[in-house]
Amino acid sequence: MAGFVNPGQGHEVYCSSSGSCLRMQRQFRGRVWTFGDDISTDHIIAGKYLGTTDPNVFAAHAFEAVDPAWAKSVQVGDLIVAGDNFGCGSSREQAPIALKTLGVSAILANSFARIFFRNSINLGLPVLECPGLRRKVNAGDVIEVDMAEGEVRLSDGGVSRFNALPPNVLEILEAGGLVAKIRAERAPHRT
Amino acid sequence: MPGLTISEKILARASHAEVVRPGQIIDGEVDLLYMHEMLAMALLPFNEIGTTAVWDPNKIVVTLDHWVPPPTPEIAKMHQTIRDFCHKQGIQRFHDVGDHGIVHQLIAERGYAQPGELIIGSDSHTNMVGAVGAFAAGIGATDTAAVMASGRLWLRVPETLRVDIRGTLSERTTAKDVILKVIGTTGDDGARYAAVEFTGSTVKGFPMNERFVLCNMTTEMGAKVGLIEADQVTKQYLAHAGRPFHPIASDEDAAFSKTFSFEVDGMGPQVACPSNPANLKPVEDVEGTKIDVAFLGSCTNARIEDLRIAAGLLKGERVARGVRFQITPASQIIYRQALKEGLIEIFMDAGATFTSSTCGPCFGGHLGTLAGDEVCISSTNRNYPGRMGSPQAQVYLASPWTVTASAIHGEITDPRKV
Repeated sequence: MAGFVNPGQGHEVYCSSSGSCLRMQRQFRGRVWTFGDDISTDHIIAGKYLGTTDPNVFAAHAFEAVDPAWAKSVQVGDLIVAGDNFGCGSSREQAPIALKTLGVSAILANSFARIFFRNSINLGLPVLECPGLRRKVNAGDVIEVDMAEGEVRLSDGGVSRFNALPPNVLEILEAGGLVAKIRAERAPHRT
Repeated sequence: MPGLTISEKILARASHAEVVRPGQIIDGEVDLLYMHEMLAMALLPFNEIGTTAVWDPNKIVVTLDHWVPPPTPEIAKMHQTIRDFCHKQGIQRFHDVGDHGIVHQLIAERGYAQPGELIIGSDSHTNMVGAVGAFAAGIGATDTAAVMASGRLWLRVPETLRVDIRGTLSERTTAKDVILKVIGTTGDDGARYAAVEFTGSTVKGFPMNERFVLCNMTTEMGAKVGLIEADQVTKQYLAHAGRPFHPIASDEDAAFSKTFSFEVDGMGPQVACPSNPANLKPVEDVEGTKIDVAFLGSCTNARIEDLRIAAGLLKGERVARGVRFQITPASQIIYRQALKEGLIEIFMDAGATFTSSTCGPCFGGHLGTLAGDEVCISSTNRNYPGRMGSPQAQVYLASPWTVTASAIHGEITDPRKV
């Protein structure tokens, strides 16, 4: 059976059913960037920058349509908190690639568009549905996301809960993304 | 237990189950995987997975559409990589530049999609293909790599939302106006994660080109798939492919999560205003808005029927001074047909620009993008900030009738008044 062993230090060692063990971060403490409703992948990375496979290009122009300085201001470990339907529009995986490359550690939103949600999970980027969180936080707040407890601890001491991820989705995330999961499953069994 | 909807029946068949229910996670066997340039992005995870061969080259279709012809050396190189991969993998149905089309249109017009199939495409507007009665959903690059390697994809069985449309539309009013009305009513996430099944007398009366428009823009409702039960119209459209035709219908006692009913008797043209596809106004409310650009293109509305509408209005007329009107057909097959019918000459006589088929302008990639102070009326599907170029550009979405009438008058125009 797949599951967690050896908890500690905000990390746990994850062992897939094939026996290979991977690590994922279980807690994120970071500064918040806030966004509104219906943030599309056109907002996140414009079509004119897609003529390459270089993730650094996507990262350099992330959210340029909203704030041209954003990609330079965001720091590794920062969190995004948004409203409804985050990531709607194009299927371009370059959008979550840009955010992950910049070091965004998790995205919390009232709801996510389906392809953006899958793409993020497949890249090992946590996307968590946390209805109502958006109006409880302000840009620049420092909040803490606890994956094990399913909760978000706010800077004013308040606590919000996010919706549990379906088990198969959690398994991809815990493996570090879809490629890591498939690789682990294909690797020879270890005892 | 209630009966099953079309999408539930397809997912049950694809996962070898008798019955599947909304919310269930299934592992589906994919009947057709199709890709455009996203294949280049998918090759990175595909190679990392450690596979060397695709699961079945005969179940894969690839074309180039986003950047045709390639506008930069880097994109030319990307096309080379895709070309080499398809050759090496034995993917026979690789439609290279010259034989290309916007992938959803190419899949539809060549009869590659059949009712009842589980179809996965590397693009959000894969929903369009569901108009033949298939389950057709879009995915990103890593999922695409996984499907290429295994031929399988996990899917959450969606709730089915029924959109019932009845009545006779006003003249010069189309499926585009209907779907804009639907999106304006439900919002751009009104069908998030759901399957949308269109029914009703208006839908049954639509030819395939109009049905494709409806399903295409279920993406702008957040839907996983859009579907229409296959019938004689579908059968006739697909007949040239010579493949077995097995339509699937929802059971009479199927459980729909919600039904939206639209009475469209006498409804006129609709426009989605900047900068959200759900920002709906009837054309009367935005008449007179000055435009700089009119664009007729994309997988949504650039089929031969759309080009005929434009030519009908443009014949003997001129595009307004200072307006650039660009027409980009959805495929090479449509281009050739437009040539045969003399439509291209009408476009040129009127002062419009006619280009090779590409997605370019619709996603702000190349071949006609917008400056910050430009206002555009477009037959495409999205108008989020920066979609077609500068984030400051203003994009109105409308039907081919409204786009062409506006191009002639230099301002948003009700096509029933020209």
